[in-house]
Amino acid sequence: MDQFTKFTGVVCPLERANVDTDAIIPKQFLKSIYRTGFGPYLFDAWRYLDVGEPGKDCSTRPLNPEFILNDPIYQQAQILLTRDNFGCGSSREHAPWALADYGFKVLIAPSFADIFFNNCFKNGILPIILPNSVVTDLFTSAVELAPLTLTVDLQNQQLLMPQGAIIQFPVDEFRKRCLLEGLDDIDLTLRQRAVISSYEQQHHQQAPWLCGQV
Amino acid sequence: MSPQTLYDKLWNSHIVRADADGTALLYIDRHLVHEVTSPQAFEGLRLANRKPWRASANLATADHNVPTTKIELGIADPIAKLQVETLAANCRATGITAFNMGDVRQGIVHVIGPEQGATLPGMTIVCGDSHTSTHGALGALAFGIGTSEVEHVLATQCLIQKKSKAMRITVTGKLQDRVTAKDLALAIIGRIGTAGGTGYVIEFAGPVIENLSIESRLTLCNMAIEAGARSGLIAVDTKTIDYVRGRPLAPTGVNWDRAVASWQTLHSDPDAVFDQELTLDVTTLAPQVTWGTSPEMVIAIDEVIPDPLAASNPTQAAGMARALEYMGITANVPIAELQLDKVFIGSCTNSRIEDLRAAAALVQGRKVAANIRLALVVPGSGLVKHQAEQEGLHQIFTAAGFEWRAPGCSMCLAMNADRLERGERCASTSNRNFEGRQGAGGRTHLVSPIMAAAAAIAGHFVDVRKF
Repeated sequence: MDQFTKFTGVVCPLERANVDTDAIIPKQFLKSIYRTGFGPYLFDAWRYLDVGEPGKDCSTRPLNPEFILNDPIYQQAQILLTRDNFGCGSSREHAPWALADYGFKVLIAPSFADIFFNNCFKNGILPIILPNSVVTDLFTSAVELAPLTLTVDLQNQQLLMPQGAIIQFPVDEFRKRCLLEGLDDIDLTLRQRAVISSYEQQHHQQAPWLCGQV
Repeated sequence: MSPQTLYDKLWNSHIVRADADGTALLYIDRHLVHEVTSPQAFEGLRLANRKPWRASANLATADHNVPTTKIELGIADPIAKLQVETLAANCRATGITAFNMGDVRQGIVHVIGPEQGATLPGMTIVCGDSHTSTHGALGALAFGIGTSEVEHVLATQCLIQKKSKAMRITVTGKLQDRVTAKDLALAIIGRIGTAGGTGYVIEFAGPVIENLSIESRLTLCNMAIEAGARSGLIAVDTKTIDYVRGRPLAPTGVNWDRAVASWQTLHSDPDAVFDQELTLDVTTLAPQVTWGTSPEMVIAIDEVIPDPLAASNPTQAAGMARALEYMGITANVPIAELQLDKVFIGSCTNSRIEDLRAAAALVQGRKVAANIRLALVVPGSGLVKHQAEQEGLHQIFTAAGFEWRAPGCSMCLAMNADRLERGERCASTSNRNFEGRQGAGGRTHLVSPIMAAAAAIAGHFVDVRKF
């Protein structure tokens, strides 16, 4: 995984609560056996006026002019600002794959669904939880400034507003380290190989029915 | 020792290593695998030259993409076909047992786990699918994961986790006749919202839960994720043990006795403390129907469609207005008046034998209404299908005008050919009414199997208590 570095990016305000992963990447694209190539189909049913299919050339598809991501000022957006419970529903990791493939590095919302939140960190995306009032203020700025640009400093856990104001944000220490260093979880866990083996042996002695052959 | 919740017991007994900041390495007993969320994980293993830590911990099946009709012809869609074949090839290469198309044991991953005894009380169970919460009905800690974690479990048999908070929902009173676990699940989601359980594991308890059959408990825990909770849990009781006994992968002999002794401890201690408690009396609960595009947008069958003017904030009002528009409905109209186009009985929520028996009992001797273009019954597994056919349920359904299909996820998420066309309205026993979930532009109303069956006969929603 690439290291997460400090950057300044455009904020795209998506004024909706409960955005589900079916909306982020519809089911027809889940037939792929690859991890890449989902960006053009991000928010497919909202972004285009026709129905998308895997492999369809998106450059010639009719765009929905009402959808915020189609506004030219947000073409290069790297930060998505949204409302409560973003990423609810299906556990599909294709959702963060699509967001990352499109170019989003940071998501800001008052809350995220658990599985989606977890999946983001595995794909170099930083989901930031901020109080409702702060998110509402950011929406106001994003609409007034159109576009709002923010600098994201994960090391210091700060968002820097254009006028210099600083918004502090929380992040789990372990996940922060993984993002900053671009660490591979599996490598980290396999360093505990002996501990896992020893636990497993004892666990199966206590409960042999748990290690049966399927 | 201080009193423990069921969640505490399951969590504590699976900690391989705990760090000071609360991060734990959690051992995973069972990993269920399906074709959609696993190919990239197997590819990751291959690229890193890794092998599954313990192949026998895994059980795979194809469910999301499989056709439910003319299965002898195989899968027509070449992309879906490749995905299903990739699962079979990956399992062959790594020594993982797979129930492929044509195997009578194949079916929806959350139906076959309990059915085979691959789901046992006291286990940690994961799957690259959010409805893994289902398995908590048997007193297992079960939750959905993404593909990166699928790879992690394959490679290490562990996951890096932080403990969730614990919520207990105590359900009191008595469910009326023909008010089901599905209605209860929808009512809970309506009460706490789709984010109400975020950050929590929800234990369902109380006399109503104790009275539910195991299959009804599976339905309830299945929907825990729609309340935002990664896991639902129900304490082990004699029903649980009776359900597990004799299943193909259940322990036998001395191990059975030892297992039962251990399972009998799988309940929250009397004085256990939960981070949040909620009590719900269901004595007056009516059958539920979702009206909008989120499972929390739910009302009773005798109610009218809500008005955005009654919303508590502008974001909610905008969401409601948008949902009304998408669903092609008007506020303040009785939900019973909505005319339907399709009916779907199936999914990991409601495709088990009891669901099919209840729906068939209602359908017997009646006909699907003329305005219903398609009424589908999709059993949850090959074995459920076989059992239903032994009991003649398929004949009851087909005589009434339903189509009797082969097992799979089918129109719950419409990855295969079973789907809604734009603007079509469906009574569905599945779990999600999101925009486009059952097909682009399709309109989904979530209900119980008997509510769906009654709606198919009437052509619109009806109160199944009076049907």
